[in-house]
Amino acid sequence: MQHKFNLHQVIHELKHFLPAQAPLMDFVHHNTLHAFQSLPFHEALETAHVKLGYQVYFSLETFRTLHQAGRISDEIIDRTLAQKKGKDQEIWKGKLLHGQYNAMKSARVGAMRGQWKKQYNIDLDALVHPTLFRLLGSYLDQGISIWNFPIDDLSFLAAIRKMETNSWVSIFNKKTSQALLLDENISIQDILKLLVGKNEKNYEQYIYDQQFAHQGWSGMVSTVEDLPQTLLDKRQIKLEEFILLELILEFDALNHKIGSHWKPLDEHLTQEIPGLHDPIVKSELLEVLSLWQEAFEWTYYDQVLKGLQAERIEYLAPHQKSFQALFCIDDRECSFRRYLENIDAACATFGTPGFFNVEFFYQPIGGKFYTKLCPAPVTPKYLIKETGENKKREKDLHFSKHNHNFYSGWFFSQTLGFWSAAKLFINLFKPSMSPATASSLRHMDKFSGLQVDFDALHAEENGLQIGFKMEEMANRVEAQLRSIGLVENFAPIIYVVGHGASSVNNPHYAAYDCGACSGRAGSVNARVISQMANKPAVRAILAERGIHIPETSIFVGALHDTTRDEIVFYDDQINSADYKSLHAQHEQVFHKALDLNAKERSRRFESINSKETAESIHEKIRIRSVSIFEPRPELNHATNALAIVGRRELSKGLFLDRRSFLNSFDYRVDPTGEYLFGILKAAAPVCGGINLEYYFSRVDGEKLGAGTKLPHNVMGLFGVANGIDGDLRPGLPAQMTEVHDPVRLLLIVEHFPEVILKTIQKASDTYEWFINDWVKLVAVHPETQALFVFEAGAFTPYVPLIKSLEVIKDVESVIERHQENFPVYLINQY
Amino acid sequence: MTINTLLPIFIWVPIVGFLVSLILPKMNERLISGAAFLTMAIQMFAATIYVADWIFTGAKTFQVKEIILFQNEEYVFQIDFLFDKITAVYLLVGALLTFMVTLYSRTYLHREAGYKRFFNTTLFFYLGYSFTTLSGNLETLFVGWEILGISSFLLISFYRERYLPVKNAVKVFSIYRIGDVGLILAMWASHHLWGQNITFYQLNNAELVHDQLLQHSFIGVFISSMILLSAAAKSAQLPFSSWLPRAMEGPTPSSAIFYGSLSVHIGAFLLLRTFPFWEYQSSIRILIIALGLLTTFITTGIARVQSSVKSQIAYASIAQIGLIFIEIALGFETLALFHFAGNAFLRTYQLLVSPSVVSYLIREQFYSFEPRAKTIEDSFPKRLQLSVYVLCLKEWNLDTMMYEYFWNPLKWAGNKLNFINGHRLMLFFIPAFALGFYAMKQTQLLSENLQEATPVIFASLGLLLVFKSFTQRHSVRLAWILVIMNHCWIALAISFNEKFDQMENVLYLSGILVAGMIGYLTLQRLFRIEGKISLSRFHGLSETHPKIALVFLLACLGMTGFPISPTFIGEDLIFSHIREDQFALAAIVSLSFILDGLAVIRIYARVFMGPNSKTHAEFSNRYF
Repeated sequence: MQHKFNLHQVIHELKHFLPAQAPLMDFVHHNTLHAFQSLPFHEALETAHVKLGYQVYFSLETFRTLHQAGRISDEIIDRTLAQKKGKDQEIWKGKLLHGQYNAMKSARVGAMRGQWKKQYNIDLDALVHPTLFRLLGSYLDQGISIWNFPIDDLSFLAAIRKMETNSWVSIFNKKTSQALLLDENISIQDILKLLVGKNEKNYEQYIYDQQFAHQGWSGMVSTVEDLPQTLLDKRQIKLEEFILLELILEFDALNHKIGSHWKPLDEHLTQEIPGLHDPIVKSELLEVLSLWQEAFEWTYYDQVLKGLQAERIEYLAPHQKSFQALFCIDDRECSFRRYLENIDAACATFGTPGFFNVEFFYQPIGGKFYTKLCPAPVTPKYLIKETGENKKREKDLHFSKHNHNFYSGWFFSQTLGFWSAAKLFINLFKPSMSPATASSLRHMDKFSGLQVDFDALHAEENGLQIGFKMEEMANRVEAQLRSIGLVENFAPIIYVVGHGASSVNNPHYAAYDCGACSGRAGSVNARVISQMANKPAVRAILAERGIHIPETSIFVGALHDTTRDEIVFYDDQINSADYKSLHAQHEQVFHKALDLNAKERSRRFESINSKETAESIHEKIRIRSVSIFEPRPELNHATNALAIVGRRELSKGLFLDRRSFLNSFDYRVDPTGEYLFGILKAAAPVCGGINLEYYFSRVDGEKLGAGTKLPHNVMGLFGVANGIDGDLRPGLPAQMTEVHDPVRLLLIVEHFPEVILKTIQKASDTYEWFINDWVKLVAVHPETQALFVFEAGAFTPYVPLIKSLEVIKDVESVIERHQENFPVYLINQY
Repeated sequence: MTINTLLPIFIWVPIVGFLVSLILPKMNERLISGAAFLTMAIQMFAATIYVADWIFTGAKTFQVKEIILFQNEEYVFQIDFLFDKITAVYLLVGALLTFMVTLYSRTYLHREAGYKRFFNTTLFFYLGYSFTTLSGNLETLFVGWEILGISSFLLISFYRERYLPVKNAVKVFSIYRIGDVGLILAMWASHHLWGQNITFYQLNNAELVHDQLLQHSFIGVFISSMILLSAAAKSAQLPFSSWLPRAMEGPTPSSAIFYGSLSVHIGAFLLLRTFPFWEYQSSIRILIIALGLLTTFITTGIARVQSSVKSQIAYASIAQIGLIFIEIALGFETLALFHFAGNAFLRTYQLLVSPSVVSYLIREQFYSFEPRAKTIEDSFPKRLQLSVYVLCLKEWNLDTMMYEYFWNPLKWAGNKLNFINGHRLMLFFIPAFALGFYAMKQTQLLSENLQEATPVIFASLGLLLVFKSFTQRHSVRLAWILVIMNHCWIALAISFNEKFDQMENVLYLSGILVAGMIGYLTLQRLFRIEGKISLSRFHGLSETHPKIALVFLLACLGMTGFPISPTFIGEDLIFSHIREDQFALAAIVSLSFILDGLAVIRIYARVFMGPNSKTHAEFSNRYF
């Protein structure tokens, strides 16, 4: 049978498999193995492992060590094996505990192209990659080079063609290669015929081998092709052009090194190389690992579920609330909210995605671009502009391009050079905020205004509506309040707290900010929704729809800096003296909670003694965030494992060790699951994406994660690589993931199982997350507290195995115990 | 006792610090970095006081004669120190920067698997730096020079389980090796020029130097050229520039301090130190100025097109060093020192904060973006502009040039020797060696012409062996034995020269044979555990056999004539017996030394470094 090679289809599929990470400034978490999501979790992992050579679980030794340390419970192993293996349970337990398995086999990808080395002892990678990466890096560069790519108005390949025609120096060694490039009609197939031979059945595999030898760069090309707006200085590039150029460079290298003494590859393929997409033969090792993984996860899940059912001493929260506060669902807000509620029992906190249901582009004063402030898949139609005075930005001459030229560099090195020494000295002994710091506060100036109202005179800019109309505001405020169940009993002040992060010397700074705001701080959103909710016209519409916000309640925006544990209030909305003093009282509560939160976070940091007082620890945490020598300003989402969608009461009194996303939801406000659908539609990809990115970066730091960040070198402002000739490293650096336990997200929803089932089935892409087990779903019956696990398309009752959980008196003494993950505790402070 | 005699403490402090850091427990980060921090704090504090006192007491240049390591009637190997303005500046800048970077790395390297190794190597590097900058003669300088070379290799390959760092470490080592041999040849010629081992202090005697050079102008130029070769290699001047950006593979602080600042300025130091020697050789001064100027222009061009932040800083730094070379050649010593200090500080800091470039420049761009800012190159004619751009992007082919014109011909030659296998080696070379040995005992049997030619022939035979070793793709042990045999042939070749004391050969070969034996036994042991290992790929075995790896590394150092074995002095001694008219012999022996070192380091890298062959597929992406 003649195998036909369909280029378009192959490239389309290849793009799906390549890393999809956007340039650094737009870093948004996503499932690293998204290409395999249509398969059930374990099957997908095995497929990725066999085809692309990724490590997908902890190693067998690691699991066994965890078991010996008691981190994987024996009872859970037995139960898992009983469920999955039935009567063979004992045999499998033997395999898990003592089975001997051979080291891994080579992945399928790479084997065919590897024949060049086998046959001709030629290292094509070493000959082709440096030139290829350099051309691509220079073309995409966003502002590192001083002398930019000289042809800027053409697409990648066209620009290189023009360069070849108009330059005395060629990028190739041979004239024949240049001729190939300059032939406008040349196709990938033509060159593949030269390199691989006539048999088209090998073409697809060859291209995969070639592209997965530098998946980072190829992934960047593919991303920029699909989302050109992801680069501020836009570029036109296609993966197809990139592959064509690489093939010609390979052809050139072969001719240059071997002369004419080489034959197309298929003449050397004497023994059959397994096809990339051949069916996967199941391996026992992978199955053993998947069983370990299940046992590892359920050891933790079981405690959490037990905790949800545990009898807690019900205390009577005052009906009259002192204040209410909306936070992002982010796991980093989990402990902050616990402290607030502890300090002021009359307050209430809520969790919701941190863009607060207002989606727009934002343009600060003097900004030449728009910044998207909503989840990555949404494309807003609105624009919010900052108003007020133009601010001066501080500069740092060390980043100036002048000191790279020899004439100005001569001057700079003899002047600025000595200042550098002083500056380094100061930075080491007294770190402080500098122009190089990526600070959440810089996102929006506290004292500037925002154009929130729609104005018919300035209605549009570049196809975006400036500001919102009253009806549009009311819709957003209503949906926000209903989805978290805050529809009555409004407190005098309702804070809306966005979050952001501050760090220095950190190319991955965007990953530390709010994922729901496309990797930016959530301050603008918090302020926008507060202003909307304070408008009498909006409240009038809301009243018509049954939500009565009394005149005595005001909304106040705020920003929580998760690295420094600081909070900024946008309190320009508070005018009366009474409210000012009320606010001042609450500020005290916030500040005390932040001190304690800093202390809880510090237990993971080697350099801070967690036994000190909360205030002094907090000061050290602040210094840490501006220290250029600190690769872990904060730990971000590390250790995340849970997402709880339900009333606060469901998880109040549980010590979850900052491992849970918390989304407020009241089943009584939403009996049909209308708002629940909105929540799950976002929570599965957002929380699940974060969770899986951490999972895969942790289990394979080499291929799926970015490895240790210490040797990273910034390429073109869009990515990092090791050294100067390396591949781009998408994924998370080891410093972010090293304390993370790779477990899937356990999504707990408080509603009736039948309603949840109907809700998740509404959209097939959301349902895929659950039916294929990429996120584990558990329903908590709101009336009986009974638990149901979602398995194979249905909810089945679940009874926790663990008998009881440890009860702790106060959190402070617990967090001083050690640095590792804690089990779930019940907090009994009353 | 004057304060002058205290000078060696600046060697002893890093030695003690280094040795202490070796024995500290691997897991105790606090203790390891604490030891390094304390060492550097003492050094910096002492250096500051010392220099202040020295300035206060008149800032006079002085030398300190330390120990004599070897001596016979015509040859002395002694450790000397010299202190003057140049040393003072290098001492202070080095101590301050290393101190700050040590402090920086305490936190920065937290939880890194090689935490201890990093501080060990850093202190070792600093020891080499101190030795070099304090040295009072070429021999002492060479001790430091060798330490710098090997510690650079270890720092670049810090992430030894990855492919690129190891590959680049070997690449940099090979360039350094060229510099080493330049220095050996300079020492050789200088020995013949002066008839003794001269100190830098004596070079300051202008009359003496001038008289001597008038009589031997050719050899004077030769020495200066060799010094320039060494300096250019170490300071990444043309044509060696491309190694510097490729050295940026280790953790950022080590790249910052060593390749951003201290290590690359050592070439400039060598020129400053030897300035009185070539001061009156206008040809050399013009050559240095031309080289500096060319380097400055070319590397500025390359820096301007770099799209990665570290390579941009590296090339910008090379351009400044080019200017420093010019300043030195023009005799502006103080300016050069000032420029060195400023450039070292600036580049260190720039590299340390290089990760910040993303947030800083993106913010800048967000507020002040212009679609295409005009640069000077826009005024060039289009064709010229594009051609220069492509050349700069390809780094003027500097990286491939070393391969095309130097290493590849050597490899080609080595591959022609594929017929040599273990058996044939025994069959031919051992009887030949015995015959040679017999001939040496019975020199009177050989005709005069033959006597003249024999050393060259024998050394060439030795060179063939090391070619073979260098390109060996399979047997590790064969490659190792070939290096040992190469040294034996060299020893035999030199023995034909008159007035040769066999004791000197014993000194030379004792180190080689002991190290060779140890290395062979460790390899045997490794084979018993791991099965046969070939040189065709990396095996990364230091991960599973750290102890064997360490012993083998020490054996490698012994084999390369590192200053831990008597071979170090032996090598120098061997050269002193090559007569000044035997340029061919000198060339062959020095080429042998370059390749010996490379062959040995290549064996170490292939067997013990790189991705582990058990856990890494052969054809996977190596560029992580």
